[in-house]
Amino acid sequence: MSNSKINYILGIADNALILGQRLSELCGHGPSLETDIATTNIALDLLGQTRSYYQYAAELQGGEATEDTLAFLRKEREYKNVLLVEQPNTDFGYVMARQYMFDVFHLLLLEQLQNSNDEVLAAIAKKSIKEVSYHKRFSGDWIKRLGDGTEESHNRMQEAFDNLWTFTNELFLMTADDTAMVEAGVGVDVAALKAAWTQEITALLTEATLTVPDLKYFLKGGKEGIHSEHMGFILTEMQYMQRTYPNMTW
Amino acid sequence: MSEKEIKNLEELFQRRIDNDEKIEPKDWMPEKYRQTHIRQISQHAHSEIVGMLPEANWITRAPSLRRKVALLAKIQDEGGHGLYLYSAAETLGISRDEMYEQLHTGKAKYSSIFNYPSLTWADIGAIGWLVDGAAIMNQVALMGTSYGPYSRAMIRICKEESFHQRQGYEILLTMSKGTQEQKDMVQDALNRWWWPSLMMFGPRDAESPNTEQSVKWKLKRKTNDELRQQFVDQTVPQAEILGAKIPDANLKWNEDRKHYDFGEIDWEEFWQVVNGHGKCNKLRLEARRSAWEKGTWVRDAAMAHAEKQTQRNLEKAV
Repeated sequence: MSNSKINYILGIADNALILGQRLSELCGHGPSLETDIATTNIALDLLGQTRSYYQYAAELQGGEATEDTLAFLRKEREYKNVLLVEQPNTDFGYVMARQYMFDVFHLLLLEQLQNSNDEVLAAIAKKSIKEVSYHKRFSGDWIKRLGDGTEESHNRMQEAFDNLWTFTNELFLMTADDTAMVEAGVGVDVAALKAAWTQEITALLTEATLTVPDLKYFLKGGKEGIHSEHMGFILTEMQYMQRTYPNMTW
Repeated sequence: MSEKEIKNLEELFQRRIDNDEKIEPKDWMPEKYRQTHIRQISQHAHSEIVGMLPEANWITRAPSLRRKVALLAKIQDEGGHGLYLYSAAETLGISRDEMYEQLHTGKAKYSSIFNYPSLTWADIGAIGWLVDGAAIMNQVALMGTSYGPYSRAMIRICKEESFHQRQGYEILLTMSKGTQEQKDMVQDALNRWWWPSLMMFGPRDAESPNTEQSVKWKLKRKTNDELRQQFVDQTVPQAEILGAKIPDANLKWNEDRKHYDFGEIDWEEFWQVVNGHGKCNKLRLEARRSAWEKGTWVRDAAMAHAEKQTQRNLEKAV
């Protein structure tokens, strides 16, 4: 089995895992009980999707690989998630801005991926679309409320978008594995999603009385395994049990 | 209303309870009934949401994806229980904000067990098995309580709680079949959680105030000591299956009573933690307060936005 396909699946799965991990840090600490339950729900969906992708990748990889070796026993450089999803939960505005920008991308991706000639990927995508549509509605509604709420919430929301915007372009960068998988009819041309993404984000931000950041410089690296300083801490915590007590069943 | 009329109403009210009728929010009820229920239901709700914290402490470190997802789902259920219970309390004329205020200022209590720290992954198993197990004993009895919304919340909560308890036990069972390190972790968790779990049933009957009135209203269907005994009897064989030893030198089957005898609870520790001086009392309250304070701007914005929307719709209508 080609490494490209495994790498391709890991790229999608790692985004879901790391964002799910970030959201799960918030469980029990949300601004209200309802939002707490809802963000936990999004984390649950993302981690459920992660499991489906990893199970499939582990099967393709063969040998000793399992969903858990993929989640917990890789080195930082082997994780392929984008920088956006590893950014910290600075406040609820950042959490929702990060979420919405990812959700719009995620849904566009899945809508294409459900047409993949790989039946497993197509099936996972189809199942996930319903969940991610809900995520996008939830985060989008909060952007509108916070953007067009009080002066403080407007400023906080604008600041979150201004600071996270630099991570958005990476979503649309094609890796060598992406290109190979697009050619094979398996993967999605993410570069082609950018126009629709920009249009949708612009419309919502405008409705939320927010300004779309005008930025010349963008950051990248996550997809190639070169992460931000946050990633090491995320993994240290996430891998704690597997690293401290290797080869045990839980 | 004259005193006599009130007395008649109270008698009618008690007769309804005795006949197993449910009291509903719009029904007449004695003020003391209302206040007692507000206190108990809101404390129960607070316990659900404070109880999320010791378990949430392990979500990011769960040892497998399956366990991580199951733990998240469990904690989310507890948030849901908090929601139904707050709603049930609201039917008695108190707002959710007032209840939070009481929690944050320390006026309202929550279950003292959550002031103990969750230190290892086995604690997540032990909390499910012992803490949820003890909670279920109380809650099953409350399914038949007289206040309709509380009773219905309990029925729903009990179903989910018994699932949580099995899930917690299964965590420990898996570990008990693992390496020596895992078995030691199970024993260590049992050593730390056993006594606090027995304390969850409250003071001994002789020292428990208000019991008689609570029994009349079906808020209490079994006494603290009866429930504690039931819990010990149920749990000892389960510990044996885990190959773990209950940390009580006086624990022994009593053939005459057909119950286990067990040692005395350290009541000094019980009162110390109840009165705010356990390992995590400050930490838990601070986590709740901080979540609430950091969320103020979010809640304010949601209100402001809703008002703007209403205003816009009105303008459109004109």
